[in-house]
Amino acid sequence: MLTFTLRRLLIAIPTLLFISLVIFLLVDLAPGSPLSEIPLTVPPEVRQKMMAALGADQPVFVRYLLWLRQFFIVEPAYLLDGWFGTDLAGDQQRILSWQSRAPVFTVIGQRLPQTLTVIGTAYLVGVLIALPIGIYSAYRQYSAFDQLGTLFAMIGFSVPTFFSGTLFIIIFAVWLGWFPTKYDTQLQVTDWASFLEQLRQMALPVMTLGLANAAVISRYMRSSMLENMTQDYVRTARAKGMSERTVVLKHVLRNSLIPVVTVIALGIPSIFGGAIITENLFGVNGIGAALILAINASDLPMVQTLAFIFAVLIVLFNLIADVLYGLLDPRIRYD
Amino acid sequence: MKLKTALLGAAAAFALAPAAHAERGTDGALKLTFPQAVSIMNPYLSSGTKDVIAASMVLDPMAAIDDQGTLVPKLAVEIPTLENGGVSADLTSITWKLQPGLLWSDGTPVTADDAVFTAAYCMDPDGGCAQATKYDGVASVEAVDATTVKVTFTGPKPNPYTAFVGSLAPLLQKAQFEACTGVAAPTCTDQNNMPIGTGPFLVTGFTVNDTVSLEANPNYRDPAKPAFATAMIKGGGDAESSARAVMETGEFDYAWNTQIPPDSQAAMAAAGKGQFVVAFGTLVERIEMNMTDPSPDLPADERATAKHPHPFLSDVKVRLALSKAIDRNILVEVGYGAGGRPTCNIIPGPEAWASVNTDCLTQDMAGAMALMDEAGWTDTDGDGIRDKDGKKLSILYQTTVNPIRQDFQALIKDWWTELGVEVELKAIDPGVFFGGDPGSPDTFQKFYADVEMYANNSDSPDPETYLSQYQCKNAPSPENAWQGENMNRYCDPAYDAMVAEFATTTDLAARQAIAKELNDMVTKTSMTVVPLVHRGTLSAHSVTLGGVVMNAWDSELWNSADWFRVK
Repeated sequence: MLTFTLRRLLIAIPTLLFISLVIFLLVDLAPGSPLSEIPLTVPPEVRQKMMAALGADQPVFVRYLLWLRQFFIVEPAYLLDGWFGTDLAGDQQRILSWQSRAPVFTVIGQRLPQTLTVIGTAYLVGVLIALPIGIYSAYRQYSAFDQLGTLFAMIGFSVPTFFSGTLFIIIFAVWLGWFPTKYDTQLQVTDWASFLEQLRQMALPVMTLGLANAAVISRYMRSSMLENMTQDYVRTARAKGMSERTVVLKHVLRNSLIPVVTVIALGIPSIFGGAIITENLFGVNGIGAALILAINASDLPMVQTLAFIFAVLIVLFNLIADVLYGLLDPRIRYD
Repeated sequence: MKLKTALLGAAAAFALAPAAHAERGTDGALKLTFPQAVSIMNPYLSSGTKDVIAASMVLDPMAAIDDQGTLVPKLAVEIPTLENGGVSADLTSITWKLQPGLLWSDGTPVTADDAVFTAAYCMDPDGGCAQATKYDGVASVEAVDATTVKVTFTGPKPNPYTAFVGSLAPLLQKAQFEACTGVAAPTCTDQNNMPIGTGPFLVTGFTVNDTVSLEANPNYRDPAKPAFATAMIKGGGDAESSARAVMETGEFDYAWNTQIPPDSQAAMAAAGKGQFVVAFGTLVERIEMNMTDPSPDLPADERATAKHPHPFLSDVKVRLALSKAIDRNILVEVGYGAGGRPTCNIIPGPEAWASVNTDCLTQDMAGAMALMDEAGWTDTDGDGIRDKDGKKLSILYQTTVNPIRQDFQALIKDWWTELGVEVELKAIDPGVFFGGDPGSPDTFQKFYADVEMYANNSDSPDPETYLSQYQCKNAPSPENAWQGENMNRYCDPAYDAMVAEFATTTDLAARQAIAKELNDMVTKTSMTVVPLVHRGTLSAHSVTLGGVVMNAWDSELWNSADWFRVK
């Protein structure tokens, strides 16, 4: 298992380098200019000077190599400096966003906590809702509960978040006035009152995303359970006189969880990626909102860095899912 | 009993309201929301209006422009003029005098050196200053004494109110930005995000592309202002959600740029929690006509250049007919509601500068048809499309991806089809259209289409720079890497001559007359530019926020020091 993991990690290095090149070229070739949001009253000469000041007029390979250097050498050095108070980075140039002229990693550092709290909670809530629904739907296939569960899943699948989110805003914020529509990122949780305030402002985005997540996972859970329910070992277990509870929750559930755990693990990178639409809708300043802003403003360093971090996370969690698979199912051996 | 006390208290507060806002920091928190989040608080490095507006709460210029388009002093004692000797008789210099005793928000005195530094900061060729035009033609800026700044121009400047005027050119603190000039400018993140200013508020926290936290500047020059103790600007989302947060849920006091469809405007206003306010500047949504042939059959270095005049749009009658066929009132009704009004001018304001030009306001389909017939474009083969010498009257109409613009395209296509013109529509991503990449065929400068629609405006009430864009030499072409602001490739020696005259005319009335004449030359008489809608900036504020005076000539938040809570 260890050699397998190491081998996979080593293979990941050239893969990631190749991915970074492809992302860089794709982003660079995409049409658009970092200056497209500047008012038309700014004349062309001034625009050219602004491009030069950003470094955006350099040839693409110069910019790629510079980015590689900044990403793999300068930024980790800054990180170590921050942790240990050393001075490895000196005053080397960090990756700067073209839009805000702020270091990209500072922006990510500011935004990651919001994404992890809001999107992470939504994911957790989604999983917690989905598992019981999936299990019970499968156990009582075609019952009224199963039909309701299916309806719920279909709604979660087919209603896009920009619609369900707006609907929730109109119902819960405009009509009922229970929750705020804009996420206050400056809120510090210090006591019960501010904690409640935090819960209130998280309610709408978590509800919106939780619905979508729960729908997907509950379907996986249900179909995986159904597959196992008809297996011979289940009949054997019942024949041995075990209680239904033991049969379902111990024998069937454990075996059914294997594919579901993979699905859940593979979904985790998307937590870091944030939720572009939901974050924008509720004003959560997460990673997803940063990405879409950067894409709209043709802020290449920001888009490139974020996309590459997502690539790293996806490769990493694929590996984790594979390792988990082996742990959950002893029949699977990688050596 | 408790309720009664509270009511009494409220009544007392109401009675004292006029006195209550005469003291700094007594009105609590001010909450603003912008559909586009603030990226940077330094307008000299900004990439958009959102940043400039936010920065105007913190940074002050010598003078601002008020809602009527006239100059009002901010840091200066008075507006320098020829009469008071502030502007030299030969118009080559202007002398600003700072108010005595001014302090930066950190408590240090504001001096003429700060102004000298600010000019040098923006004029540094490596700094990539976004407002370089404000310091155009400046030969030198010198500190005469601690509170007097003299700006000398390279030649006579009839409009010397560019440097240090308006929210685009405020004063920076030398001590803070000294190490941030030239190539270092973009790397000074802390300075750019939290500039020390002289405005009513100071920055206490900045989250990039999300929130700006502010509090009342303890050293603000008026000890009674601002009324609010703190302020915050939350960015992100869209115009609709910003408007909702003010008009329907009441979470915010002010929302900038809430351009939403007219029916949503009405529905939100009905909730009674806030009101929409609009200010009209010079922003005009227009159709620009291509005077050159954009045909793809031409060689790349000749396509859409002056070498090949347009096969039919170079005929003034065709252009006039196309304009006559448009019903501008319907366009306003569909697209903008209270946020727009029909116009026939590219200089629709200020009033003293705007030509009286109302011919185009009523649609005249019969007149348009007659003009087309007169020009020799008739439908000879009965397919519903006019033709002449075997060539069909077919137009490629491009604009950016934007729901209102697509509605406009559909409506105008209908009218033009009725007129007997074949119309093909094209919508381009705004980042590409306005991006100016010489390698892309879809930029508005390349103009590989017959007509294109977008909005443009003059950045000052005096439209000299804006009108000079339509000179022959400003036509984008392969020779100048497709840079230039004369998209139409309009070229009229009489126009160029008048622009030259404009630059040397100093009498205000004469300048206004020239501006009107120039405006009419490109619109009324030639319809090279077909103005459609005079667009205002639509914002929303809560009914509990007082003192808002919308301003189209400067930052909308230009008088945020005077805002107060209506009790």
